[in-house]
Amino acid sequence: MAVETAPPDVGLDEAPETLLGYYREMLLIRRFEERSSEMYQRAKIGGYCHLNLGEEATVTGLMAGLQPRDYLFTNYREHGYALARGQSPGAVMAELFGRETGVSKGRGGSMHLFDVKTRLLGGYAIIGGQIPLATGAALAISYRGGDEVVMCQMGDGTTNIGSFHECLNMASIWDLPVVYVVVNNLLGMGTKVEWASAEPELYKRAAAYRMVGERVDGLDVLAVRDATRRHVERARAEQRPSLLEAVSYRLRGHSVVDPAKYRSQEDVERARLHDPIGLFARKLSDAGLLDETTAAKLDAEVQQEVTAAVAFADSSPEPDPSTLFAYTYATPVANEHRQMPGDPVVSG
Amino acid sequence: MAPTMTYRQALHDTLRAELLRDEDVFLMGEEIGVFEGSYKITAGLLNEFGPRRVRDTPIAEEGFVGMAFGAAMLGLRPVVEIMTINFSILAMDQILNHGAKIYGMFGGQTPVPMVLRTPGGGGQQLAATHSQNLEVWYAHIPGLKVVTPSTPADAKGLLTTSIRDNDPVIFIENLALYNTKGEVPPGDHTVEIGRATITKEGTDITLVGYSRMAVVARDVALRLEQEEGICAEVVDLRSLRPLDRTTVVNSVRKTGRAVIIEEDWLSYGVGAELAATIAEGAFDYLDAPVRRVAQAEVPLPYAKSLERAALPGATPLLNVIHETLDAVNFRR
Repeated sequence: MAVETAPPDVGLDEAPETLLGYYREMLLIRRFEERSSEMYQRAKIGGYCHLNLGEEATVTGLMAGLQPRDYLFTNYREHGYALARGQSPGAVMAELFGRETGVSKGRGGSMHLFDVKTRLLGGYAIIGGQIPLATGAALAISYRGGDEVVMCQMGDGTTNIGSFHECLNMASIWDLPVVYVVVNNLLGMGTKVEWASAEPELYKRAAAYRMVGERVDGLDVLAVRDATRRHVERARAEQRPSLLEAVSYRLRGHSVVDPAKYRSQEDVERARLHDPIGLFARKLSDAGLLDETTAAKLDAEVQQEVTAAVAFADSSPEPDPSTLFAYTYATPVANEHRQMPGDPVVSG
Repeated sequence: MAPTMTYRQALHDTLRAELLRDEDVFLMGEEIGVFEGSYKITAGLLNEFGPRRVRDTPIAEEGFVGMAFGAAMLGLRPVVEIMTINFSILAMDQILNHGAKIYGMFGGQTPVPMVLRTPGGGGQQLAATHSQNLEVWYAHIPGLKVVTPSTPADAKGLLTTSIRDNDPVIFIENLALYNTKGEVPPGDHTVEIGRATITKEGTDITLVGYSRMAVVARDVALRLEQEEGICAEVVDLRSLRPLDRTTVVNSVRKTGRAVIIEEDWLSYGVGAELAATIAEGAFDYLDAPVRRVAQAEVPLPYAKSLERAALPGATPLLNVIHETLDAVNFRR
């Protein structure tokens, strides 16, 4: 099957408020992630914390191409997706802080954001874990004859794991409405794509499963959005899966604590020059849609939004230990094991 | 009188009844449709319900087990068959890291009503990789429910409950039980998950087992009563998670002695868990050390002589019962 490639550039023949909306969303993700990093350093956030810094155009473009009724499954680098999907920055930050008001009630943390209302059905932190789940969601849609589509986001390193191949195969033989999105930020932790993948042009792997594969410039928000629309609407209209690869770049290490020493100076410099927010700002500015005053105003707005999110998270209660067993089972069951450490196993 | 049927037939009829009852129920697995199932549990169901409800899958356990969890997240009730429990290990990441976690880790937003049916057990000369009892792996994991019916009636009752339950249930069958027969209540018959049952009352010693070993324990108890006048009580656990510790402890408080029989390997098994439970909950009532009868700890060999030697059964159980009774102060 032929593979498509996206046109190199996309024009700006759009409503200015739509374009500025994308810019604002990218900026919100940037500021939110910078503040997440800061809160992590201040030990307000525990565990692991992976940021979307440098991937804002990919995140915003992907989410702009998805309809509200569609479902999204992601990996653990998903703060930006939750925000772009419409979750409140306060509830997302509260989840990072481990508070009861968090999107997953403080049970999941940074890597496990979930919101049934905006149909983000989970961030998953075992590589490849989301792929069977997302494919099964697409099976449920197909089973019921629905017209929703599932997007399954993953990183470049994920394309080497078994579930990727098992599920792309099944999605194709069963004609499931799922778009697999590989965010190729060129590094799986410290491992370069070409060291790990026999076919480093990852979109080409779609051919083995007789589905369309496409690579798009993940630094261009409009190119990503338009490619996403093509894939999502194909899945909806034709009930066929496809694979979209967005070549992106993370500005920092794998997680907050990673100094990224494996990266060359040229690499880092190139990333700085190709900052997707700067690129889009220049494009908008060249088209007369964004001046310094507007840019500063938008930045102040999102900074304020993020500050409010941090304040909300910080003032939210921690989950009460009395609720420890509240969500182990959906259907209550006899003799459920509810001993706290040190409790006797049999009472009386 | 309730009709008598095989364990296999009880499973088949229950799947059919639930497919008829609820459009959200569907079956997935390797060779369950055209081939009618490796052990013929799903015979005829593809013809009756079609490929949408009875879905043959490629050989991709991690993929299709995970897909069942994903479909369950959108409200369907998939019932997956894994050909034998040995192959379920290929799906372990999905079961352990996802299926068992989704409800709790995301704060109770999405239940995962999924059943994974799979037979375990040895004794069929299938050698080391096809004869295992890995249910303890699953029973260890909070978020899963694990059931192990030993009779056709419980096979029906527990499968019905499992399919209607909103959590992932690992439903363990046993190859050597498929052809066993028993009475099965007609109509809607459910058995509560997490409750053991006493299959024979007694006063002298408590025997605890699950799945095929619960049947062995009951047979041995009946023989003991008839031939030696020893009155053993038999507890069939039926569920391994949750584990009904109370029923076991209350029985041992009554009898003062306990032997646990399991087809699984000895170390770190259900018997170990129960022995600790009895030590804690019935220490003052014990007249003899709690003993365990379990499989020899080897990769189970193919040769009949070796396989027979390694597997637990009536003979070692009888020996251990006698040793336990002889230990202290038992007068027949």
